[in-house]
Amino acid sequence: MLKINDLHARVENGTPILKGIDLEVKPGEVHAIMGPNGSGKSTLCQVLGGRDGYEVTSGTVEYLGEDLFELEPEERARAGMLLGFQYPVEIPGVKNIYLLKEAYNAQRKHRGEPEADTFQFLKLVREKLQMMEMDESFLHRAVNVGFSGGEKKRNEILQMLVLEPKLALLDETDSGLDIDALKVVSEGVNKLRAADRAIVLVTHYQRLLSHIEPDFVHVLSDGRIIKSGDKTLAHELERSGYHGIIGEAA
Amino acid sequence: MSANALSQHYAEQVRQVQDGLPAELPEWLAGRRRGAAQRFVAAGFPDPRQEEWKYTNVRPIATKPFAAPAADAPVSPETIAGLGFEGLDAHRMVFVDGRFRPELSDLEGLPEGAMVRSLSGMLGGDTDRLEPLLGTLAHDRFSSFAAANMAFMSDGAVIMLSRGVRVERPLHLLLVGSAGSPATWHHPRVLVQAGEQSEVTIVEHYADLDGASGFTNTVTELRAEAGAQVRHYLVQDHADTAYHIGSIFVQQRRDSRVTSHNVNLGGRLVRHDLNIDLTEPGAEIELNGLFLVGGRQHVDTHTRVHHSSPNTTSREQYRGIGQGHGRGVFKGRVLVERGAQKTDAQQHSANLLLSPNAEIDTKPELEIYADDVKCAHGATVGQLDETSLYYLRSRGIGTEAARGMLVFAFADEVLERMELAPIRTSIERRLAARLPQAGVMEVIA
Repeated sequence: MLKINDLHARVENGTPILKGIDLEVKPGEVHAIMGPNGSGKSTLCQVLGGRDGYEVTSGTVEYLGEDLFELEPEERARAGMLLGFQYPVEIPGVKNIYLLKEAYNAQRKHRGEPEADTFQFLKLVREKLQMMEMDESFLHRAVNVGFSGGEKKRNEILQMLVLEPKLALLDETDSGLDIDALKVVSEGVNKLRAADRAIVLVTHYQRLLSHIEPDFVHVLSDGRIIKSGDKTLAHELERSGYHGIIGEAA
Repeated sequence: MSANALSQHYAEQVRQVQDGLPAELPEWLAGRRRGAAQRFVAAGFPDPRQEEWKYTNVRPIATKPFAAPAADAPVSPETIAGLGFEGLDAHRMVFVDGRFRPELSDLEGLPEGAMVRSLSGMLGGDTDRLEPLLGTLAHDRFSSFAAANMAFMSDGAVIMLSRGVRVERPLHLLLVGSAGSPATWHHPRVLVQAGEQSEVTIVEHYADLDGASGFTNTVTELRAEAGAQVRHYLVQDHADTAYHIGSIFVQQRRDSRVTSHNVNLGGRLVRHDLNIDLTEPGAEIELNGLFLVGGRQHVDTHTRVHHSSPNTTSREQYRGIGQGHGRGVFKGRVLVERGAQKTDAQQHSANLLLSPNAEIDTKPELEIYADDVKCAHGATVGQLDETSLYYLRSRGIGTEAARGMLVFAFADEVLERMELAPIRTSIERRLAARLPQAGVMEVIA
């Protein structure tokens, strides 16, 4: 589904941040990419999401057999790759329901399906709201405006549940969450798990992984994946810290 | 036309207008008009060298010999209906080229104590009631256009509410231009006297028939007595070749509340001056404004809020959108008098530039002579937020649709303060049609 091959990237005209990433993600798999601050986690997410201001200097990324870099951010989303933001953006004046509906229909249009009518759509959204323990009033509030940290992250997962991506890429979804919110968000992510869907969790802390069990864990350090393993690697990280793993790999 | 020839032209215009007025015009009125005419002819049109006209050059207006339009143009009720706000249940006064048209109007069912009449009707013999209202708030300190209105006006709307009268349905004043000649002008005057504890919604709505173009120079004088509640909508949706100058004067007494919605979509050269005087404790004004300038449009708004009594409140929110070669100006002055303690004044001006050739100037001006006050202001001019745009795109929403959503959301933060949904919806549609992004309405609907 996702094939990253020797990816090098930097902030535009800045110093190199990603220095040769290799990663393959197949349908049904859950990958966790862990790493200390400054290791390149966020840059990897931004590059995969297609955000301006980053420059790919070499390497390739294939998504569903296509060159990912040929696709605009909206085309990536319509093709089923969704990025959950570390800092979800506040958009005054745009109601959550408009964003959800427009995004949902953009995807349907892309697949050649008829747009959902308001009634069908509301039914679907209500169901997902319940899963995220969110009140219906969220739909009529401006996107993320005045939301608490936890509400913003729930909102990201709500969008995932509605848009049903093929590949969900979650950037530090656990940051800024208290224990209760972490539980709700994790349960939401677990509901996303499916045989035809892949999930990539990017995180600094091990605690998310006690709620969402990954199939693979990768340790990112200084722009490279220095160690990969199964979920036990996360436990190892918890015991010896990044310092221990990075020292051992060096 | 040379300056000298123009000056002679207007002196002649003044003579013609004076000749056309009823002979029995009382001296107070004849005097006020004579004085205004003299001041206008002496001052001429404003000049960019004057501080209040620094950003707006009225040369396109000042170089034309304007004259009153010819006789009443035939306009059908269907045409008028097409210009209205769909779904708005309102009392209606229609003016064509500045003249009241009773056959196109509907003033049935006004409550007792609510007098709504044409100014021309009252000038014909009921002038006593006009004396305390007409020309007593308006002045031409900032612009000779208000003097021109006083000198040349012949019609308009007079709204007088007795104590405690509540007018349930809004009052829609539809002022339509029909003249094809750009050298015609007219000078509507709107007089509002909202008695103590009265309540009314007034919609001043300017539009043009297809192919019409001209110069509308309007003056509104609005008094809100103690406890009165007035909602005033000003929707300027002229043809994009039209000139429009509007001077609005508001005086508020104890515990009165006035809400002003000022929306500018059309016009080639537009200027509004809103002068608010909060004269007694508890008076509160809310000023909401939105303008969209594209093509070669120029829209300038000056607001002046005068806190002349303690315990008065003003809330001001103006937003502008510039595209094409559009040019927008907002200048907001807040004056807190000595002794006007506990004044609470907030002003915010936010502006969005969608094209590199558009320009918007915004200038807050606070003058505070009291020490126990809360005054806040903020002004921004910027482009669409790239991060928001990226966020929407990352959800699969196309760039154009995302831009449309953001522009629309920006405007809607002002429009959502409107209580009359049919007006809001109609403006949203007009706005969506003027934005390059297609299909915005489908998203919002």
